[in-house]
Amino acid sequence: MSRNVYDLIGLLAGICFILALKGLSSPKSARRGNLIGALGATIATVIVFLYANDGKGLNHQPLILGAIAFGVLVGVPAARKVQMTQMPQLVALFNGVGGGAAALVAIVEYLKLGDGATVAQVVATVFTVIVGCVSFSGSIVTFLKLQELMTTRPVILPFGRQLIALSSISVLATGGWVIASSGTSPLLINALLSLLFGILFVLPVGGADVPIVISLLNAFTGLTVAASGYVLENTMLIIAGTLVGASGTILTRLMAQAMGRSLFGTLFGAFTAKASASTGAAEVRPVKSGSPDDVAILLNYAQRVVIVPGFGLAVAQAQHTVRELADLLASKGIDVAYGIHPVAGRMPGHMNVLLAEANVPYEQLVEMEEINPTFPQTDVVLVVGANDVVNPAAKTTPGCPIYGMPILDVDKAGNVIFLKRSMRPGFAGIENELLYDAKTTLLFGDAKESLTKVVSALKAL
Amino acid sequence: MSTELALLAIFLLSIFVGFEVVSKVSTTLHTPLMSGANAIHGVILVGAIIVADHSKTTLELTLSTIAIVLATINMVGGFVVTDRMLQMFKGKPKAKKQSDEAGGKN
Repeated sequence: MSRNVYDLIGLLAGICFILALKGLSSPKSARRGNLIGALGATIATVIVFLYANDGKGLNHQPLILGAIAFGVLVGVPAARKVQMTQMPQLVALFNGVGGGAAALVAIVEYLKLGDGATVAQVVATVFTVIVGCVSFSGSIVTFLKLQELMTTRPVILPFGRQLIALSSISVLATGGWVIASSGTSPLLINALLSLLFGILFVLPVGGADVPIVISLLNAFTGLTVAASGYVLENTMLIIAGTLVGASGTILTRLMAQAMGRSLFGTLFGAFTAKASASTGAAEVRPVKSGSPDDVAILLNYAQRVVIVPGFGLAVAQAQHTVRELADLLASKGIDVAYGIHPVAGRMPGHMNVLLAEANVPYEQLVEMEEINPTFPQTDVVLVVGANDVVNPAAKTTPGCPIYGMPILDVDKAGNVIFLKRSMRPGFAGIENELLYDAKTTLLFGDAKESLTKVVSALKAL
Repeated sequence: MSTELALLAIFLLSIFVGFEVVSKVSTTLHTPLMSGANAIHGVILVGAIIVADHSKTTLELTLSTIAIVLATINMVGGFVVTDRMLQMFKGKPKAKKQSDEAGGKN
């Protein structure tokens, strides 16, 4: 196979990736888009084997095939078995290993090129190593946060700001050192410092902002792939990496907009925020808790009910039960809708995916902008395992971590029912004043069990 | 056009295409789109295979083998998990979907 044929087929793979992203942007074509992307990636991988060394096969071919097989054996079961609730952290992890792979590719190519590397190649190598390592260690930290293996709150180290500044300066300085000296050890030191910087960079990010950071790191990894494509003079890698980098940047901005924050605020918010005032008020205060029967009665005599799902719904796998409840209410002539906050759950669109699994009719899923004006006419709002997205503190408490985030105005409705596991605050760790409001009823317990009880109580009425 | 310039042109044009294709996407699809894009950058696997092929020393070969494993996990796992997310959407308003599609083609 000639180099021209190879590059042409590489271009074909690149076109597949463009069509994949295009397809993924619309609900109708999303699944096909993903498959086209997979096709492109398969084509790109297969032709390397055919092209290499004039078709005589790759050096170390058995080892390469074995490594691929091993990767498939790890990746596919992880992707197949993961629960819906854990998908965000899996995506973070996949992104991290991709960034790590890009950094390793750059390091190996750098070792091979030795003194033969051009300045531009060394610069691209340093870029790939820095960004790839940041993406790797940063994604691992986001994984640990989402998996709740470590605290989901912003971690603010003593002298955190200075530490970050220091580590970013040292990363840039060692990067410059690599370019000036073309040495191997400087590159390794640079890689280690970049790993450290990635950790420091993500630690202060608060739980609710983690999805935005995953998206940003995803865009970063795309750019490293483009840069290593430049070093390897491989156009397909440049196209694929740049596409991901560019679309990832736009996507990150869209997500940040959906949460009503600037990207800058997300990344550096933890440094500027004062110790939040609202968390101090955690003393025991009276709340009104009700039985499943109370909740059933409230619902039964309502004319309009809005269900607000959150992460608790996902954890309890209660999507089918909530649908049963909604169907039951609808059969009684009650107007039922779901109020979907763009970032309810742990990822944008998380709730849509979950409720779609339970075959909830698409028309019942109403986005925030459309549902908010209807709350004053709503009799009962049923909040299932959501907290931060309905927390009025986002409007009333300047300085709290979610201040400025658009919320669902459930406090405008006649009655609010919270299904909660406990009085524990939400992912962002902020007390919710609405829980103590006179029109609020709390039903404690696992969302699925609570809903099942409400459904049978409602049937008995 | 020199190689360097051609690569630069490809890079710049790809940026615009990347911006353009995702500029209008509903929040519902943010997560699958992020996950799909994440899988696409798994093609760094190709780069990992190329450097493994070039490897002369044990160190180079070890590092590139690790890179192959990581990139494969990223790529294959990424596409599978995206497909699983999108599976949840299917079978929903099927009739509506098709009529939409037909409407769009007119």
